Amino acid sequence: MTVSPRLRQAGPLFATGGIFLLLFVVAGLLYDGFFSTRVVVNLFSDNAVLGIVAVGMTLVIFTGGIDLSVGAVVGFTSIFTATLIHQGVSPLVAGAAAVGIGAALGAGMGLVIHAFGLPAFLITLAGMFLARGGAFWISTESTGITHPFYEALSRFEIVLGAMRWPATALAVVIVLLLGYVIAHYTRFGRNLLAVGGNENSAVLMGLPVGTTKVLAYTLNGALAAVAGLVATIYTGSGNPSTGIGLELDAIAVVVIGGTLLAGGRGHMVGTLLGLLVFGTIQTALLFDGRLSSWWIRIAVGLLLLGFILLQRVLRRSDAR
Amino acid sequence: MWWPVFGLLALVLLNLILDPGFLKITLLDGRLYGLPVDIFNQGARGIVLALGMTLVIATGGVDLSVGSVMAVAGAVAAMVLVQGGGMLPAVSAAMAVALLAGAANGVLVARLGIQPIVATLILMVVGRGAAQLITGGEVIVIKSDAFAFIGNGTVLGLPFAPLLAVALLIVTHQFLRRTAAGLFIEAVGDNETAARFAGLAAGRVKGLVYVFAGFCAGLAGLMAAANIRAADSYRMGENMELDAIFAVVVGGTALTGGRFLLLGAFVGAVLLQTLTTTMYNLGVPPAVAPVPKAILILVVCLLQSDHARRWARGLINPKGGAR
Repeated sequence: MTVSPRLRQAGPLFATGGIFLLLFVVAGLLYDGFFSTRVVVNLFSDNAVLGIVAVGMTLVIFTGGIDLSVGAVVGFTSIFTATLIHQGVSPLVAGAAAVGIGAALGAGMGLVIHAFGLPAFLITLAGMFLARGGAFWISTESTGITHPFYEALSRFEIVLGAMRWPATALAVVIVLLLGYVIAHYTRFGRNLLAVGGNENSAVLMGLPVGTTKVLAYTLNGALAAVAGLVATIYTGSGNPSTGIGLELDAIAVVVIGGTLLAGGRGHMVGTLLGLLVFGTIQTALLFDGRLSSWWIRIAVGLLLLGFILLQRVLRRSDAR
Repeated sequence: MWWPVFGLLALVLLNLILDPGFLKITLLDGRLYGLPVDIFNQGARGIVLALGMTLVIATGGVDLSVGSVMAVAGAVAAMVLVQGGGMLPAVSAAMAVALLAGAANGVLVARLGIQPIVATLILMVVGRGAAQLITGGEVIVIKSDAFAFIGNGTVLGLPFAPLLAVALLIVTHQFLRRTAAGLFIEAVGDNETAARFAGLAAGRVKGLVYVFAGFCAGLAGLMAAANIRAADSYRMGENMELDAIFAVVVGGTALTGGRFLLLGAFVGAVLLQTLTTTMYNLGVPPAVAPVPKAILILVVCLLQSDHARRWARGLINPKGGAR
């Protein structure tokens, strides 16, 4: 079987898109009221934290790396900003500080990974312990946020026809758009894929391999912190245990989107589709009410398996 | 090899300074009590997991699913016991499921050639869901005293779980070093292509180490369930895969594969548990305990890295250092 390169590139995207449409239509036929603009908007607003984290994770996975610390950074940001606001710091200052810390942690991990040639998953694992431990250090309990700015944000929405887009949904859409432009329309984005495809070739081509890798982790850390801020808007509070296991969901979303975990190939649109598939399964389970929450783990795991096997087949036809 | 031992000694010394009675062991009702006994009792699961993980890492792989497999094994055993099954059916059903899980990982990695992190990630996600499915999302209480013996029993005053862990260490070590099996694993981890050209069934060796890791995870799951006399499918084995990987790396086995130190992994697991116990003793909240762990991982990684060593040598001896 000969597959044209263009189709091979787009194959996983079509597969994910098809699965999303299928799931959405089936769920819509099964459950009353599923076909509504509200459900579509909720796909974004309920999964805003996951979506933002997944965009950053996509960039890191493009380079062939991985970042296990993002869930913990979300938790840290959540309690960090809530505590600062509680003590009277302006939300904007607190948010900026949190994003700065997230970016600094990402940059630190990226530097250690690149400069010492250490495995990414081990170093980011240390980062995860550090951020989660730090979060619980600040407070072991959830802290409510009462601030006029937050109240305004949680009430804010943009009305587009019949759709009402809240701030959290807008945040994930904006980040996805930004991620799309960065990944596919900038030199940095091409460098990410080049480094992930073959690091030695990238070095020989004179690409700034080190800078690219460190910047990918930095951006990812900053995005994880932004996701943490969105989580505080969504829940109106800060909680140190926010985002436990989020890194796995994010990796699953990226892989379901057809991005190769080995790096070097993928598409931000895939991450959007992966997020929609994930969200649809979750919403369908909620609508059903009979199926328990653990079915989402099983369904996502099986989807992961399916997509990894699909990638395997595609890569084999690549080698020929 | 000697680094983890020094680390462990330093930690024990620190504890002795803080609390002179740290190493005190008392015999009460024919049973040993004391902090060192606690460390081994609580550390037994980590030791068992680390043994399986060592072999997987020696082939250049990694198994992220062991924590979830623990939860599945514990859930299966608890359900069989609740349904009125005996001790033997419970243990064998749990171990069978764990072996099956290991075999599934083995097929994905060895036969289909999927990256180990990715292949075992699937079971890590699915396994947690499956364990909750089996128990119906509830914590299943285990009433069987015979089963609880696996986690809390004593033999001649010595706790049973650590004895089992040490026995497994000795058997595994003897089997791997007295036969060529250990060499095969190292050969596959060092250079799989060369191993295959030398006539080694590289795929089979790779597959079998995941089955062994599954076995160890199953055993650890039984120990965990027996220890608290309950199967908690949400929390059981949570982050245990990370602790196991960490114990192996601290023990001097390189993540790139090609050589392994079973005894090092054992010391690494004990070191990790001692660190946790020390944190408790210092009154550090359990939730903050990951911070020193993170620092330890970083230090160990840097110690093992060639780049860092060269850099440090350059600092000490600026002229001829970087060789």
